[in-house]
Amino acid sequence: MNGAISAQTIPALRRGIRRHYDATREQNVLLCPERVILLDDIGNSIIELCDGERSIAAISLALAERYAEDPAQVEADVTSFVQELSDKGLVTV
Amino acid sequence: MIAELTHRCPLQCPYCSNPLDLLKAADEKPTDFWAALITEAAQLGVLQIHFSGGEPTARRDLPALIAHATALGIYTNLITSAVLLDEAKLGELARAGLAHVQISIQGANAESADRIGNYRNGHEKKLAIARLVPALGMSLTINAVVHRQNLHELPEMIELAASLGADRLEIAHVQYHGWALRNRAALMPTREALRQADAVVAEQREKRRGSMAIDYVIPDYYADTPKICMGGWGQKLLIVAPDGRVLPCHAAETIPHLAFQHAGAHPLREIWETGPAFTAFRGTGWMREPCASCAFKELDFGGCRCQALALSGDARATDPACHRAPDHENLQHIAADEAGSGITSFHYRRYAHS
Ligand code: SF4
Ligand code: SF4
Repeated sequence: MNGAISAQTIPALRRGIRRHYDATREQNVLLCPERVILLDDIGNSIIELCDGERSIAAISLALAERYAEDPAQVEADVTSFVQELSDKGLVTV
Repeated sequence: MIAELTHRCPLQCPYCSNPLDLLKAADEKPTDFWAALITEAAQLGVLQIHFSGGEPTARRDLPALIAHATALGIYTNLITSAVLLDEAKLGELARAGLAHVQISIQGANAESADRIGNYRNGHEKKLAIARLVPALGMSLTINAVVHRQNLHELPEMIELAASLGADRLEIAHVQYHGWALRNRAALMPTREALRQADAVVAEQREKRRGSMAIDYVIPDYYADTPKICMGGWGQKLLIVAPDGRVLPCHAAETIPHLAFQHAGAHPLREIWETGPAFTAFRGTGWMREPCASCAFKELDFGGCRCQALALSGDARATDPACHRAPDHENLQHIAADEAGSGITSFHYRRYAHS
């Protein structure tokens, strides 16, 4: 339960956490209890794929294809992003 | 935005941040007022609404207001004591789109908690409701306000929150405004108890990482630097009182000569951007020494205005929680004296004549 993350981990947004497009600021945000986290395009794309079905490996592969980036690098980025959200209690793994 | 729908509350917590002069049901605004306000807030770019009070579930229109906010894309939080809820009512709130429920607990067991909240069987009711929240897909925060009379129960309170399935636990030392200021001598912890609590929190945070997040609000009276109050005066938050007045902070009404405008009477944007209460202490222009020439002034904005007023007699003074404030030592003496006062009786939160 202490959130050690691997390529096989299947992340999902925790209950009550919502991704939202804020029209006023023209920006994607993550709405959470007591806070709002601004998302850049990459962060937004990762969270979109955290659907409780795909693994970190699958999410990374999809993004590497979409952005034509090095898969190993993308996987490292996705892993650290998901780890951070998990530590904050916003994603379950 | 914090919508204080009502001051009515079945509990009587002695540390309540509501003003001593509580508003009655007859002072409250109707559903239309709140609905129009929420629409205005959405246009202004407000992303979150906290439905609070008093006890917001005392209002029958709560589900309708939550549904209205949700339809506008606003994230809704309910700050509740939960004792007026049952399974059907909670389900109704969930269907309306409620995202997050924050339930306060007054202690780790019924005997202690029901004495502090002065409400019989309240503790058991809260626990029953709290258990239902995660199953309905909403985020659950347990809010534990700690002070001298329950701080020793902290390890059990953390265990309790985890056993309820809380996503987040907020452990908050009492902030001495409103009723809490009146009850300060009965609530102030000792420095030693505080040190132990800090250690418990640090250890438990590590242990529960990834399963339950723990937020910790430290007590000002034992701090060396002030908190940034409400994210900076008039910068992040606005509070609407039950009678429709728009306030920059919970205790703002204690500051004399501050004029509060009513939502509905003026556009919300105007109240926020140029209203006298919001501009009074926004930014750093109002500051005196030592704040005015301090390197941290953009970080803490001189701390809490209401605390400066309550303890130094001047809302423009440096918050005495700051070690640079002339009254800082005085604050530490108050804390030490009152922590050793031995007072255990409370002035419970009540209407003056009822
Ligand atoms: S702090 Fe206690 S008395 Fe005050 S509103 Fe909350 S539950 Fe009610
Ligand atoms: S002197 Fe004023 S600005 Fe500087 S740290 Fe203290 S409260 Fe903050």
